[in-house]
Amino acid sequence: MVDKKLKIANKNFKSRLIVGTGKYRSFRECANAIKFSGADIVTVAVRRVNISDKNKARLMDYIDPKKITYLPNTAGCFNAEDAIRTLRLAREIGGWKLVKLEVLGDKKNLFPEMIETLRSTELLTKEGFKVMVYCNDDPLMAKRLENAGAVAIMPLAAPIGSGLGIQNKVNIKIIRQQTKLPLIIDAGIGQASDASIAMELGCDGVLINTAIAKAKNPVQMAEAMKFAVISGRKSFLSGRINPNLFGSRSTANKGII
Amino acid sequence: MKVKNKIKITVNGKQIQVIPNFSIKSLITNLKIPLNKIAIELNKKIIDKKRISKIYLQKGDKIEIVHFIGGG
Repeated sequence: MVDKKLKIANKNFKSRLIVGTGKYRSFRECANAIKFSGADIVTVAVRRVNISDKNKARLMDYIDPKKITYLPNTAGCFNAEDAIRTLRLAREIGGWKLVKLEVLGDKKNLFPEMIETLRSTELLTKEGFKVMVYCNDDPLMAKRLENAGAVAIMPLAAPIGSGLGIQNKVNIKIIRQQTKLPLIIDAGIGQASDASIAMELGCDGVLINTAIAKAKNPVQMAEAMKFAVISGRKSFLSGRINPNLFGSRSTANKGII
Repeated sequence: MKVKNKIKITVNGKQIQVIPNFSIKSLITNLKIPLNKIAIELNKKIIDKKRISKIYLQKGDKIEIVHFIGGG
């Protein structure tokens, strides 16, 4: 069975795995991990150029934005104004309109500040941005984001970088049932099986950074995540059996000796 | 050029001095930053990169030059 492609804001992507580019030991390792992950979207952040060290390597020298879709994010922003300023700058660098909005509310748990996130989604959408929104796993807020013009709903599995895996499967399932928008788990994945579970819940994709970048072998973990996403997706599409409390034999009794 | 004629500006939070009639284009060239990989803000307003040779730095200007880095 041929699966349909991941479609975000009318653009098709071949991979359902989106990879973050932070926390790697080097740009070379990051580029290699992206290659093995098979991802065709990577998240990037906007920061000051280091004007003291003119020869410092740049991300764009290692990851070609003509070959991989850059998804600028607003990491480190705590209000709508900062988020909008950041994404306007990102757009200016190279015309990016597809963006990841991430407005945080607390420096310790890194949970999204949903009031500011909703406000930013409205403002950015009015400015012509296609906004993929990092959010909490609240179905009501997910609906509000959809109504505000979000092009993808990206609820957390657990706090950013925690590696705890999906904490509230029920809410993710409810969000899946209520929206036709791309639903992408963003944050909290720890290992390959977490990515598979996300896909088995019916999500359209998974965004992973820390679980790959901070693994002992990031390149191998990137490949594991690639297969986990494919595997989970196929499992979801295949239609699982109903769980049963009692055993059901796999071998017929007829002809037993 | 006498030191007293120099203009104090702030680039990415760092105070530097430039000569009068110094354009943003000259600043970027001087810092050896590839123009196609950055965005520039002058006093919190984004500057069209096509116009930077015509914009001259004034005393107290605050410039932000940003690019993409790794992020999640």
